[in-house]
Amino acid sequence: MTQVTLAELCIFACSEAFRNNGEIIATGVGPVPRLAAGLAKLTHSPELMMTDGEAYLVEQPVPLGPRGYDDRKAAGYLPFSRFFDAAVWTGRRHAMVTPTQIDRFGQINLSQLGGTHRQPKTQMLGVRGFPGNTIYHPNSFFFPGHTTRVFVAGEVDMVSGVGYNPAKRVPGGNYSAVDLRTIVTNLCVMDFGGPDHAIRVISLHPGVTFAEVQEATGFALIDAVAGETALPDAEALAIIASLDPHNIRASVIKDNPPARKAAA
Amino acid sequence: MTMLDKRMTPADIVGQLSDGMTLGIGGWGPRRKPMALVREILRSDLRDLTVVAYGGADVGMLCAAGKVRKLVFAFVSLDAIPLEPWFRKSREAGQIEVLELDEGMFQWGLKAAAFGLPFLPTRVGLGTDLAELGGLKTVQSPYADGETLIAMPALKLDAALLHVNRSDWRGNIQAFGPDVYYDEWFARAAAKTYVSCEELVDRMEDHYPGDAQANIVERAFISGVSHIPCGAHPSSMPPAYGWDMKAFKAYADAAKDPGDWAAVRDRFVGASEEAYLAGFGGKEAVTALPLPIF
Repeated sequence: MTQVTLAELCIFACSEAFRNNGEIIATGVGPVPRLAAGLAKLTHSPELMMTDGEAYLVEQPVPLGPRGYDDRKAAGYLPFSRFFDAAVWTGRRHAMVTPTQIDRFGQINLSQLGGTHRQPKTQMLGVRGFPGNTIYHPNSFFFPGHTTRVFVAGEVDMVSGVGYNPAKRVPGGNYSAVDLRTIVTNLCVMDFGGPDHAIRVISLHPGVTFAEVQEATGFALIDAVAGETALPDAEALAIIASLDPHNIRASVIKDNPPARKAAA
Repeated sequence: MTMLDKRMTPADIVGQLSDGMTLGIGGWGPRRKPMALVREILRSDLRDLTVVAYGGADVGMLCAAGKVRKLVFAFVSLDAIPLEPWFRKSREAGQIEVLELDEGMFQWGLKAAAFGLPFLPTRVGLGTDLAELGGLKTVQSPYADGETLIAMPALKLDAALLHVNRSDWRGNIQAFGPDVYYDEWFARAAAKTYVSCEELVDRMEDHYPGDAQANIVERAFISGVSHIPCGAHPSSMPPAYGWDMKAFKAYADAAKDPGDWAAVRDRFVGASEEAYLAGFGGKEAVTALPLPIF
């Protein structure tokens, strides 16, 4: 029996974010969030809807990596050409993504680092769909490397997604659908359950201390740790393996460590 | 009388464009891009363009060649190569003006233009830096709710370029593949739309009447048609061919070494479309490219 990896623990923790979401599109961008959405659908939340990563809705999550082009069996259709009409702007979606930066307000950045808007020091993807996603439907986040470069002091360099920063809220706007849910990292699980949606640590991965998490974060965290992050059971591990036959999950977290952090 | 025979050469199409124009380019990232028409622009003296696109190598190449004055975008990406390296170079050198938008706002702006409206209201953009950076204004609902919304300005296009699977000489087009993105709205937002096509037929109704549902935009919106098989290469054109990731990789690597567009332009643009395609194994190699799996 091989050891449970930290990536597998993260997939299991991320899949909890999709529990009791109802009949909505579960979008996981990147291997861990995508495997988490698939795991949720195949275990506790069969009502979830998801795409094959391209344009078709599938009832059987498609595995990661190389496979036959027509292996997916389409049950429905949700191309980009109607994604905003159907999923995003109606609030029928929960996305789990990995921005480049996040701040204490839950504001996220995927666009640029440093410099000015006219001449950024580092140009990244652009805001993509983050502004619309964050004002219309629930969002959660996964970060494979929890550091102060990701969890920044102050605010993110370019606010690409709506957070809970009162100073950013144009008066009269409707922010009722802003709903940031869960943050899973290589160290812990967090939520936005503190006063004024402040970020709290709610579970620590095996062998990690709150002090270590705080050390790796650029702003003060609330200690609401209720225990250790749960390890995936045998059923979950088997499903994860079936959805990731090429073991792409092994490349997500540096050195693919085991779920339990070795004592320093 | 309207000219019904809309067949044009790629050079004719580019001849209809002028310096300073606002140009929409269909497709999405590395998918369904009218790359042969983009290459024809790259062979021309056209300059100072405002480019409006869900960007891929089309945007990267036009930026690298100094054709772009302003870019309207939500992302520029080659999917498997997430960060478009030539676009990055242009941005990090401060060479282009930008209007950065959310993906949904972007199509909303095309729809406003299509309907001749000055703007369409949306919640998207509130609570982010987009409005301030882009100079986007707000409007207040005149109804009891009084909600404050972003007024997404119309993205009016002087011209749009699309690559489609089929057309006849009258501009009855058909677009296949799992997703046609916002090509329809680029066409409706534009004063003129020029398409390149994989297959040109005489009269669509004689050849493919059963596929009329693939006619995503009516021929009244199509001003010119050019027959350019493999015209989306290196982007994907399902079901005809997938993207050429090897070509994208070489293109991306060239941004680092030598990092000089003039030195690699020949390879990625070519003196002619024939010369360009020959450099990538010709039509046989392109049509054998497998469809991408996500």
